[in-house]
Amino acid sequence: MDLSAIIIEPGFFSNQPVQTALVVSAITAVVSAVVGVFTVIRGQSFAGHAFSDIGGAGASGAVLVGAQPLLGFVTLNVAAAGVMEMIGIRRARGRDLATGIVLGVALGFSALFLFLATTYTSTSGATVSILFGSLFTVAPSLIPVVAVLGAFVMALIAILYRPLLLTSIDYELAAVRGVPIRLVGIGYLIALALAVSLSSITIGAILSTALLVGPPATALRLTKRTGTAIAVASAVGVAAAWLGILISYDTASWSADGNGWPVSFCIVAVVFVFYVSASFPSRLGHRVRGHHQEPVKSLEPS
Amino acid sequence: MVLAGRTILDRVSFTVAPGSFTGLIGSNGAGKTTLLKTILGLVKPTSGTVSIGGAAGPRRDPIVGYVPQKIALEPDAPLRARDLIGLGLDGHRYGMTRPSARRRNLIDEILAAVNATRFADRRVGRLSGGEQQRVMIAHALISRPRLLLLDEPLANLDIGSSHEVVELLRRIATDQGIAIVLTAHDMNPLLHAMDRIVYIARGRAVSGTTAEVVRTETLSELYGYHVEVIHAAGRVLVAAGEAGEGKNARTPPAPPDSQVG
Repeated sequence: MDLSAIIIEPGFFSNQPVQTALVVSAITAVVSAVVGVFTVIRGQSFAGHAFSDIGGAGASGAVLVGAQPLLGFVTLNVAAAGVMEMIGIRRARGRDLATGIVLGVALGFSALFLFLATTYTSTSGATVSILFGSLFTVAPSLIPVVAVLGAFVMALIAILYRPLLLTSIDYELAAVRGVPIRLVGIGYLIALALAVSLSSITIGAILSTALLVGPPATALRLTKRTGTAIAVASAVGVAAAWLGILISYDTASWSADGNGWPVSFCIVAVVFVFYVSASFPSRLGHRVRGHHQEPVKSLEPS
Repeated sequence: MVLAGRTILDRVSFTVAPGSFTGLIGSNGAGKTTLLKTILGLVKPTSGTVSIGGAAGPRRDPIVGYVPQKIALEPDAPLRARDLIGLGLDGHRYGMTRPSARRRNLIDEILAAVNATRFADRRVGRLSGGEQQRVMIAHALISRPRLLLLDEPLANLDIGSSHEVVELLRRIATDQGIAIVLTAHDMNPLLHAMDRIVYIARGRAVSGTTAEVVRTETLSELYGYHVEVIHAAGRVLVAAGEAGEGKNARTPPAPPDSQVG
């Protein structure tokens, strides 16, 4: 008996929604990982969460007027990036209340738009698909758009690579070296806004930060080099996305009524499993290294 | 220097020579950091000029190196000490780092110079305060500046690391002819290292050698009231007398107001 036929249910690769899902999720996973490593270094995962809430309102609005959700995600997130830079939010610290209220309102608008859309138009599954994603329903025609957006974000990060690292150490230090810190800041926020938008159409607005933060957090456990962390995070992200798609597809084939587990849940669950497995060896390593370090320390000149 | 309508510093003037070691001393809120940022060009003075290397106006790399007081990198951030030092070389340029033997040698050289080779491959976020301080000094030095500015490099350091950092800076000034200017709220760890002291209080400053500046008469004039400079066991204590006291009134230092500085 063919083992692969058990692991991968028949028709997986020839299935058109699956093909689109594999391509879209791979691009999204790589873009999210690349941006996410910088998000973690810069301590800005809060901004990612803000984009997921605000973008959700944008996508819901887009559904209401009959436009592509991706258009809504991108438009509102890029606009939000501009506003964030203008009012100078670098971290949530000290602005907890204002941030909480603004994001609360954004989610409120999502609720309103989605209610209106499902009540007065024929888009019945909009609520679940915007908030929790529905990767298998992404139109194949969206692939070129996703690819162009992805390539744009990657190019942006490649150009800003070193100034992004320098500003994450201390932005005044970067200013002294002549780095245009505001320009670098807005460039990064736009990259983040687009990465969250792509992630939102893949696993939904609410879960979008899982691909942004999870794979980089896993990579950080395994390597201490920036470049390697980006490579590992990309690999982890793609692996999680594809495994998630496979599990979702297989569970659909196994069940009698053809309804599998939601693909977003499967991807996020795999991301979590990867993160937890990466945490164990590093913790073990700490303990071993701790024992070795004691005698070495006493030999050092004080 | 006026910030938010408040005069922070007024008529502050001093010069530093190549290879010299200058301490900007003052209590918290005296305006040390503002003065440092003015020299860096991050803050514009209301009037007056900063002239570096003969040219007026703040100058950017590689003339001035800057070491901020604290860096807030996550402990897990994937950035090794040697990566951070490399960013001192080309971190302001666009694009990604291109590794080369020359770049690696430069980093190794500077790592050895600040005695940081041992932790070169560890994550910056996991280093101790003293180790981070040395890495940041190496980061600033690798672009070969002529002036090195450090914001409170000894704050948050224990006595041992603080001593090491001062010795390192003194050696860099002498060996490489780099002018070093640092701020500190406590002058004691710097007493033997400083060529010049700029003592800041009440928006004014006096500068000179420590022997000239750290005297009861000079500092009393600066503060506008009587302060007593007490030398004890190789340390200096500046203790406040009562405001409005005459210069010859030898008031005993009042313990509740006394300030070690």
